[in-house]
Amino acid sequence: MPNAKLMQGNEACTLGALAAGLDFYAGYPITPSTEIAELCAEELPKIGGKFIQMEDEIGSIAAIIGASLTGRKTMTATSGPGFSLMQENIGYAGITEVPIVIINVQRVGPSTGQPTSLAQGDVMQARWGTHGDHPVVVLAPGNVKECFELTVKAFNIAEDLRVPVIVLTDEVIGHMREKVVLPEPGSLKISKRKAPTNPAGYKPYEADLDGGVPLMAAFGQGYRYHVTGLFHDETGFPSNKSDVTDRMLRRLMRKVEKAEPQMRDYFEESAHDCEILVVAFGSSAMSSLSAVRQARAQGIKAGLFRPKTIWPFPEETLRAYAAKAKRVIVPEMNLGQIALEVERVIRNGAPVERLGKVNGELFKPEEILSVIMGGKQ
Amino acid sequence: MSDSLSYFRQNRLPHIWCPGCGHGTVTGSLVRAIARLGLDKNKVIVVSGIGCSSRAPGYLDFDTLHTAHGRALAFATGIKLSRPDLKVIVMTGDGDCTAIGGNHFIHAARRNIDITTIVMNNNIYGMTSGQYSPMTPKGMLGTTAPYGTVERSFDLANLAIAAGATYVARGTAYHAPLLIDVMEKALLNKGFSVVEAITQCPTYMGRKNKLGTAVEMLNWFKERAVNVKAAAAMSPDKLEGKFTIGELYNKSEPEFTAEYSALVEQVRRKFDTFQGGVRECAQNSD
Repeated sequence: MPNAKLMQGNEACTLGALAAGLDFYAGYPITPSTEIAELCAEELPKIGGKFIQMEDEIGSIAAIIGASLTGRKTMTATSGPGFSLMQENIGYAGITEVPIVIINVQRVGPSTGQPTSLAQGDVMQARWGTHGDHPVVVLAPGNVKECFELTVKAFNIAEDLRVPVIVLTDEVIGHMREKVVLPEPGSLKISKRKAPTNPAGYKPYEADLDGGVPLMAAFGQGYRYHVTGLFHDETGFPSNKSDVTDRMLRRLMRKVEKAEPQMRDYFEESAHDCEILVVAFGSSAMSSLSAVRQARAQGIKAGLFRPKTIWPFPEETLRAYAAKAKRVIVPEMNLGQIALEVERVIRNGAPVERLGKVNGELFKPEEILSVIMGGKQ
Repeated sequence: MSDSLSYFRQNRLPHIWCPGCGHGTVTGSLVRAIARLGLDKNKVIVVSGIGCSSRAPGYLDFDTLHTAHGRALAFATGIKLSRPDLKVIVMTGDGDCTAIGGNHFIHAARRNIDITTIVMNNNIYGMTSGQYSPMTPKGMLGTTAPYGTVERSFDLANLAIAAGATYVARGTAYHAPLLIDVMEKALLNKGFSVVEAITQCPTYMGRKNKLGTAVEMLNWFKERAVNVKAAAAMSPDKLEGKFTIGELYNKSEPEFTAEYSALVEQVRRKFDTFQGGVRECAQNSD
């Protein structure tokens, strides 16, 4: 296998980004994400790409939005404190519809927290961290191979929908090493934003109101258009008319909602006939899978549902898998974030048991198995 | 004049600035400097942050980017690094540039990135109706300094020079011909250039501090501004209560995006066997 390599999650995210066409990276050092910046600094010049270490994370996301407007595929990577600093400009990328990718390698928060330890506490911040309703897509890899695959997917979604896409990994996924068989160059589906062909009459924000995506011209190509974080009409210029604001915000939100079935991505094992459904994502799902397999070996009808797209949440699929379940268990490295979404989705179904862990250590499969067995093990 | 007008989005005028505001004069000066140089409209990008000053790019017929408060230089850094062939101009204000955007300002200067920064300094936050800024002189009034600010203000030009800017000049809305001259030179400088354009805000700065009408404020600039060349021959006594205008610093230094491009060429020559697709990564550190 010529393309088989042993690598970390952070390395796989970077290689995925490069395979997807990354050619501009701006970032600020922060544990446990820094390997991504280091590898980008090394690799991008080799392909004529650009790397810059900015003065902070606010500047990093600003720089990648600026570079994306010139037609590049851009990314930054960070962790909790830096992700908090980026929030305002995530909203800016959302309202201006500039494609960017952000890798957030989660660590224990709040504040400086535990920089080198594992957590999954940014689930809600990834969705709602910036102010106001806004479009965003969040993907959560469950192993090193998926770091590669979902980073490629993140770029494709960012380009197709013109939205900020967040790849939500964590300290364990980011630093764990696994063998990954990289796809053959050229075998991947790579998206590129749709561009207009003629500057005459170009309206930068003209799109079907039912979730349409406007054509995106690159700066410096003669289109001479205006981009602003103020609410704007189809021409891109600010407007404070209430109907313009309403129409625009609904289109932005609809854009992601409408694409949900095509973006939806998940993993399941033994979920189709389970009585006890475990719902987990990222590193918690690794321990969960082991627990589910051990339970099955003991004759317990347990199953795992692991969303890879977590925002928008694959609610239809979860509802189907949870339909026959008598119990639903949600292990996560926080005190109940994805569980809130699970409770909402299956509100008339089985009771949801939250299993939160916040000491910075990965779940042991036995901890989850014990709950599956009703504490009887 | 017709040359200058062609750089405006005339259908976006009139502008939103108050009667008597100096921002139009500064914007007009910039456009005249651009017209003198005959810059290609399709190769100029104007970036701004938030505040009165930052509404200027909307009226200019280039690719224009109205960003978040204080962040114009960070967005502009991404644009310039991505496309070093484009002329990148930042239009910002004293609050946008020296308070919330102060860190990006000193780092853009440190890198000597080829961006021309026009700071419209009206010594106050106008858009939010009159709060004191880091450029409000000590003792003057603002809505958040009802008894006069006790804070010291920045010397913006010296800040820029100390941080590494390679062209620094100051002018006022009264001295429009000088502004055009220094803006032209700033645009020609291959590096980080700063033009501090002192402008009058009769609505808030003027009214709050009883500085009179726009004309009286302009006269105030006229009486207190001394060209840096004339100032060189003046005694400290004579310079008391005055400020200098003109070209304050001009030095050629290596420019960041050119240095990075040279690095890329060097690295590419070393790795010229690369054929595309997924690359080999020799190692990664923990």
